Amino acid sequence: MSSDVIAIQSADAARQSWTEVLHEWVTTVDHKRIGILYILYALVFLLIAGLEATIIRIQLMHPHNDFVSPQVFNRMFTMHGTTMIFFVAIPVLFGFANYLVPLMIGARDMAFPRLNAFSFWLTALGGFLLYFSFVGGSGLYGAGNAPDVGWWAYAPLTSRAFSAGHSSDYWTVALLVSGFGSIGTAINIIATVISMRCPGMALSRMPLFAWLNLIMAGMVILAISPLTAAQVMLSVDRYLGGHFFDTQAGGSATLWMHFFWIFGHPEVYVLVIPAFAFASEIIPVFSRKPIFGYPVMVGATACIGFLSLSVWAHHMFTIGMNSYANSFFAITTFAVGIPTGIKIFNWLGTMWGGRIQFKTPMLFCTGFLFQFLIAGLTGIMLGAAPFNWQLSGSYFVVAHFHYVIVGGILFALFAAFYYWYPKFTGRMLNETLGKLHFWLFLIGFHLTFDVMHIPGVLGMPRRIYTYEPGRGWDTMNFLVSIGAFVQGIATLVFVVNLIISYFKGAKAGNDPWDAWTLEWSVSSPPPTYNFASVPTVASRRPLWDLKHPEDPDSRYE
Amino acid sequence: MTNKHKTDWKAVAARITGVFVILAGILLAAALCTASEPPANSIPSIFEPRSMPADSIRHLSFFVLSITGLIFLVVFTLLTYVILKFRVKSGDREREPAQVYGSTQIELAWTVIPILIVVVLFLATARVIHAIQDAPKPAEAVEVTAIGHQFWWEFRYPGLGVVTANELHVPVSDPTHPTPTFFKLLSADTDHSFWIPQLAGKTDLIPNHPNGTWFDPHETGLFLGQCAQYCGTQHAKMLLRVYVDTPKDFNAWVRAQQQSANQDEKEAAGRHVFESTACLNCHAIGGTNGTGRFGPDLTHLMSRHTLAAGAAENTPENLRLWIDNPDAIKPGSLMPAMKLSDADLDALVRYLETLR
Repeated sequence: MSSDVIAIQSADAARQSWTEVLHEWVTTVDHKRIGILYILYALVFLLIAGLEATIIRIQLMHPHNDFVSPQVFNRMFTMHGTTMIFFVAIPVLFGFANYLVPLMIGARDMAFPRLNAFSFWLTALGGFLLYFSFVGGSGLYGAGNAPDVGWWAYAPLTSRAFSAGHSSDYWTVALLVSGFGSIGTAINIIATVISMRCPGMALSRMPLFAWLNLIMAGMVILAISPLTAAQVMLSVDRYLGGHFFDTQAGGSATLWMHFFWIFGHPEVYVLVIPAFAFASEIIPVFSRKPIFGYPVMVGATACIGFLSLSVWAHHMFTIGMNSYANSFFAITTFAVGIPTGIKIFNWLGTMWGGRIQFKTPMLFCTGFLFQFLIAGLTGIMLGAAPFNWQLSGSYFVVAHFHYVIVGGILFALFAAFYYWYPKFTGRMLNETLGKLHFWLFLIGFHLTFDVMHIPGVLGMPRRIYTYEPGRGWDTMNFLVSIGAFVQGIATLVFVVNLIISYFKGAKAGNDPWDAWTLEWSVSSPPPTYNFASVPTVASRRPLWDLKHPEDPDSRYE
Repeated sequence: MTNKHKTDWKAVAARITGVFVILAGILLAAALCTASEPPANSIPSIFEPRSMPADSIRHLSFFVLSITGLIFLVVFTLLTYVILKFRVKSGDREREPAQVYGSTQIELAWTVIPILIVVVLFLATARVIHAIQDAPKPAEAVEVTAIGHQFWWEFRYPGLGVVTANELHVPVSDPTHPTPTFFKLLSADTDHSFWIPQLAGKTDLIPNHPNGTWFDPHETGLFLGQCAQYCGTQHAKMLLRVYVDTPKDFNAWVRAQQQSANQDEKEAAGRHVFESTACLNCHAIGGTNGTGRFGPDLTHLMSRHTLAAGAAENTPENLRLWIDNPDAIKPGSLMPAMKLSDADLDALVRYLETLR
């Protein structure tokens, strides 16, 4: 692994005017730069959607608060949800996949570099269109603004009768366009993993990160396609006189629900499987042990991917399906818990008997394990259909899925930032700020989302811009809001750390964590085309073999 | 909150505290609910049911909670143990631990046990699903058609010839002679959801997709709920009040509702305002030429405790404000500001006040 030879190449990149730099970034087809673009783009939207969450929480601090009007509140939760899912979570995970998958499998780029760039810019355009609705949503009617139909955009609220102007159109087109971008990147990840692996890297030796992203990409294709189809149908309804979802003309509101959730549920796993991928790389390195039960981990993930395609209607237990359908979706939902439990146990097995170093990435991974456990268990509660009739549509559900997305996915994502930032930039993130970020965020997270379960149990529905006093919800909502502000401050600490460390951080070197996968064999940041000579691997941990020639993994696999 | 682990490390302590908040919270929730007096159920907690099927849902939920609680305790203890036991010690950094790649026996164990748990959970759940959804309707059942509107509830009792809004009256059910209430759920516009946590789980009202639900209350009192499916601007103020009455009170209420509207000639001026302005496009008052169904039926307006689907108390001042400037009470509601002269407004309010 001749990294020293390559480190020289990137030195002449200095003296360029800013227009040249900009031109390079806009026209780049380099998977690493596209990865960085995805990540930066997602971070910008993270701050915007975080601001929207703050507005929501200020409004809900007290009953009968009038910080914002109901109209503005409804736009805020719609934009918060849509932005976080489609323009933060998906892009940032695609960013990491783009950057790391080729490096980990010893490839010099993605399989289709130009498709890669095209996909990113489609996603970017989607986000721009969504936010342009604040300006253009009024359309010719002078009615409408940002979309206010909720991030599921249930029919018939999106029909012309209930959504005048163009706000719903911007929502539709934004998801349509970014959906094509996601499908493009998914195809690219699949093609890359299948056909670009370096010599010796059989599928059975591929890092779990690559495996899990392969499964994620397959699910993107299966999940985003129906969503895209539904957007086309909705546009036909709105502009070409179609009646798919137009209930006043005999259309079906439940049809939209099925289309949306056959996307929406696999989407949860599209987001969480990359989080599993981060944990599966980081936990072994900081426990100083290989992943426990590698083949089982791959199998369990594939099993989750498969099962997750059969659970969508557990989002629809209250729509009046018959008792057989409800029973079916209850058992498939419980069943997802089996492979998910196996994964948690395997991470536990990885840590068992290790020498665990609690650097910031591992702290976040530990938080991820605890919180994902709880998120999974509240998921089981929601899967019990009768219990769901009480809990769905309440703040309990909001707490549950934020536990998954923030407590699980975002914690794993923060771990990934602290772990791979040195590879991306050549500098370490500041450990003190990192620990401050972790503890602040942990406290804020638990204050917000632990407490948030309670008003749901006490009958508080979601998506209400205000609530009546005296129902036992007041104190809870106040605490939830305080926790949200703490999380906001913690996120700013993180952003400050990203910026300061870029200029002032300690030099990382090639392999700051004494890790085992191929990306740590090249310089930080890696040179263009990654590997001067394509590496050959003999086991799942090529760098372990290199560092321990007396006891290589290849002897046992 | 007892912490049995000997924590030399604040991380674990903090996390234990954090996670215990959920358990403490659920206990607190239960405590809060038991504190509330039965007649004034101001906290609509799902764990304080006063009716089937909310009773059997609570039963199932305690079963599910105990299983998930047990799983939580086991995995939480293991994780905490691993974190404490296998932390790197100083001086230990140079050596790598034994490299273990997996174990088929252990994998098998933690696959089979969850499968068994899932089977148990499923059987318990399926039983309750069937018991609730496929419950037969007895002949004595009260039938109600609930229609969701932006942003209020219409209730029609087809067997009794009663039409009202936002405040539902049902009889308490005697176990020896049950009189449950069975609902047909419809929507006039967008999706809504009918939810009174202490009586039953929620069921959506979806246009073009009739649904049903039922409850069988065993205690009298006022039970609060509200729309639980986002339905537009004023989803938040689409509140729902259910009065579970004794059979005697219920029958008295029904008889009063069956009367035609009060036609007090002293308030003919106010009635004329109602009949000669846009009011009657949307509202009905029995015995007048107003038969609109877009807004709530006003025939017995004064028998209701609240206005604007629970957004305000039903007082003469609020009624006047509601007609004059609905946005002051419920911004974004579909009730237009009527722009009446002060004299007309006063006359109209005086007339409406007679509709008992």
